[in-house]
This record gives sequence, C-alpha cells and structure tokens, in this order.
Amino acid sequence: MQNSISFFTGFGINDLWFLGEAALKTLWISVLSISVGTLLGTFFGWVLHEGKLAATLTIAPVLDVFRSVPLIIQLVLFYNFAPIIGLNFDPFLSGVVILTFYTASLVANVARGGIEAVPQSMRRASRSLGMSYWQDLFHVVLPIGGRAVFPAWIGVVLGVMKDSALVSVLGYVELLKASQVLITRTQEPLLILAIAGAFYFALSYPISRYANKFEQRWSK
Amino acid sequence: MFDYNFHWRPVLKTLPDLIQAGLTTLEVAVLSMVIGIILGLGLALIRMHMKGPLRWFTVAWIEMARNTPALFQLFFFGFGLGAIGINLTPYTIILAGLSFNCAGYLAENFRGGFQAVPDTQLKAARCLGMNAWQAYTRIVIPQVFKVIYHPITNQMVWAVLMSSLGMLIGFRELSGETQFFASRTFRIFEYFAVTAVLYYVIVKIILAVSRLLAMRLFRY
Repeated sequence: MQNSISFFTGFGINDLWFLGEAALKTLWISVLSISVGTLLGTFFGWVLHEGKLAATLTIAPVLDVFRSVPLIIQLVLFYNFAPIIGLNFDPFLSGVVILTFYTASLVANVARGGIEAVPQSMRRASRSLGMSYWQDLFHVVLPIGGRAVFPAWIGVVLGVMKDSALVSVLGYVELLKASQVLITRTQEPLLILAIAGAFYFALSYPISRYANKFEQRWSK
Repeated sequence: MFDYNFHWRPVLKTLPDLIQAGLTTLEVAVLSMVIGIILGLGLALIRMHMKGPLRWFTVAWIEMARNTPALFQLFFFGFGLGAIGINLTPYTIILAGLSFNCAGYLAENFRGGFQAVPDTQLKAARCLGMNAWQAYTRIVIPQVFKVIYHPITNQMVWAVLMSSLGMLIGFRELSGETQFFASRTFRIFEYFAVTAVLYYVIVKIILAVSRLLAMRLFRY
C-alpha cells in the first residue's frame, strides 16, 4: 500500500551512460573549437608579429575584446545576435563559433610569443643558408617557437575545455548540463556532481600530466 | 535580412543599476582575491614544506580547483552543499567558489614564485645576521612578489570574468542584473551588449591600475 507517489527515481546505470555521452559531447565541442581556434589563432599571432602597426590597429583590439568580456556574456550575446543578421544557429554551432574565436584570441598571444621566442640571429642564419621565408617559418620557427610555448598552449587547451561547460547556458546538453538534468530528476546532487567532476578531472588531468612530462623531457 | 529594431532606451534607463551591479562584481572579485591570496599562500607553503594528510589535502584542493570548470565548483558549493544541509546564500556561494578556485590557481603561482628565488639568497641573508623573519620579509618575499605580480593581476581579471557565473546561481552582480532586466524587457541583445562594454571597462581599469602600481613598485 503506497500512500505517496514519488516523483523522483534513483540514480541508475543508464544515467551513467547519459553522463558518459555528455562527456563525449564536451570533448567533441572542445576538440572542434580548439583545433579550428588554434589554427586561426596561430595565423592571427603571425599577423600580429608581422604587420606591426596595421595589426595593432585592426585585429589586436578585437582579440582583446574576446579576452576581456566573460565567455558567458559572449555566448548569450552571439546567440541572440545571430538571428538579428539572419543566421539561424543552434546552440552547438553558436557555442563552437564563440569558443573558436575565444581560443583564437588566447592562442594569438601564445603564437606571437612563440615567434618572438626564436632568436632573430637564428632566423637570419636560416635565411642566409638559402631558405625561403616560408621554409624558415615552417622548418625553423615552428619547431623551436612551438616548443617554447607548448606549455602555454596546453594551458589554453585546458582552459577552453573547462570553459566549454558554459555552452550549457544556451541549452546544449554537455556534461554539466547533463548533470543538472539528472540532479533535477534524482535529487541526489552530491553523487551526481561528484561523478561529473570525476569526468572533468579524467578529461583534464591526464593532459596536464602528459604536458608536464613533455616539458621536462624538452627542458633537458 | 535586417528587420530588427534596436531599443536602447530601456537599457539607458537602467544604466545606473547596471553600474551599481558592476561595483558588486568588483567587490566580489576583490574579496575573493584577498581570500584566495591568503589561502593560496597557505596551500603553497604546506604543499612545499609538509608531508602527510595535510599535504594530500592541499594537493587535492589544488588539482580539483585547476582541473574542473569554475561553474562546476559553484554548483558544488550551491547544490552539493545544499544536499547535506548547508544552505549558502548566492553571495556566499559565489564568494566561496571563486575563493576556492583562485586559491588553487594562485597556490601554483606562489609555488613557482618561491622556486624562482634561489635557496642561496636565504642562506646569504642568514649569514649576514638576519633572523628567519627578517630574511623572509626583506629578501625572499619582495623577490617572490615581483615574480607573481603579473600572474596575480591576471588572476584578478579572471576573478572578475568568473564572477559573471553568478548569473547562473541567481546572484545579482553585473551579469545577474543584466539577465534580470533582459528577461523583464526582452531586450536581450541590447542589455548584454552594454554589459559586455561594462566588463571591458572594468577589466581595462584593473589592468591600468595594475600597470601604474607596477611602475610605482618596481622602479629602480
């Protein structure tokens, strides 16, 4: 004889799958925006290094805005701005666009630092040996500068992966949103938040560990 | 394509409220930075000098703070602690969450700062007849401070940007206030655009003050 009806069901094995799937979505949106953003950011970094005055007047302030405004505001702003100019983006696409530019703005500084980390004399030497400008850029600057700023880049990657949790504001069901959905249903916030936290930790910690190892090997 | 009418008047009318909320944002950020610096210093010192459970605790804290999203940490302080009967107000949630996060990040910065000052400096100071307290406050700390000044400024900017997450836990700082007004008037884009500008201004002010202070502190 049951007197009251329970609206909440307990946490089951299916929910773990649900969270795992959501973790994959977090991974997917991060990988997509980080890879495109890194390419874009590297290009911006190169432009910032090469075109001193022109770049400082054009793209530098724009990139600065992406770094100085909270990501959550950027996301809401873009999500509400896109329909105004006639673009119908779903939450995922809006999230990817903003995260990409956000990554690019962070990577641009990193990339410029990398290019400037290569001594001028080394670049002159490579040019003197008959390398073209592009050969110099890809065979000398990229390997040496890349190593110098690798830790900084990893920092950006981890930061963006964690910040991708904010896309949940737009309604994209990634890890954090999924945990919210489950909390609403099961009313067991502590357990579910612990699991979601463990997923984030499992995504982020190995990368930072691996990067540390790389850094130590290179610094020898 | 472009049939949207911008209405800026409601935003302008509530601009004083927004600026007031901006001050709240600043207040939360500064407070959490002060708490974060104190806690972070403690965490760094314990992590460097102690062994046993206390050290594991600090390592767990630092890794949790650095490897999970800030929003997740806020949810933890909000829903997670709520589940075991500790109900915090939105203000305390955001303060606790930001302090937790800042302490974790700053602890690593402090650790780097302490490691950047060679041991021999301390030994030399002691040889010159200073006691431990004098050696630390006059020789080690000033040098550490110089190394970590820039990271602290960065963290301060991050604290301001992260405080925007208050919007999601119902705290009426700049973002929360914006959300409130935006949902009342349906002028979402206009409100968030103005808020973005306000955040930009706040960040620029912080950076300018930090630069002025640096000029005053590090001239010799």
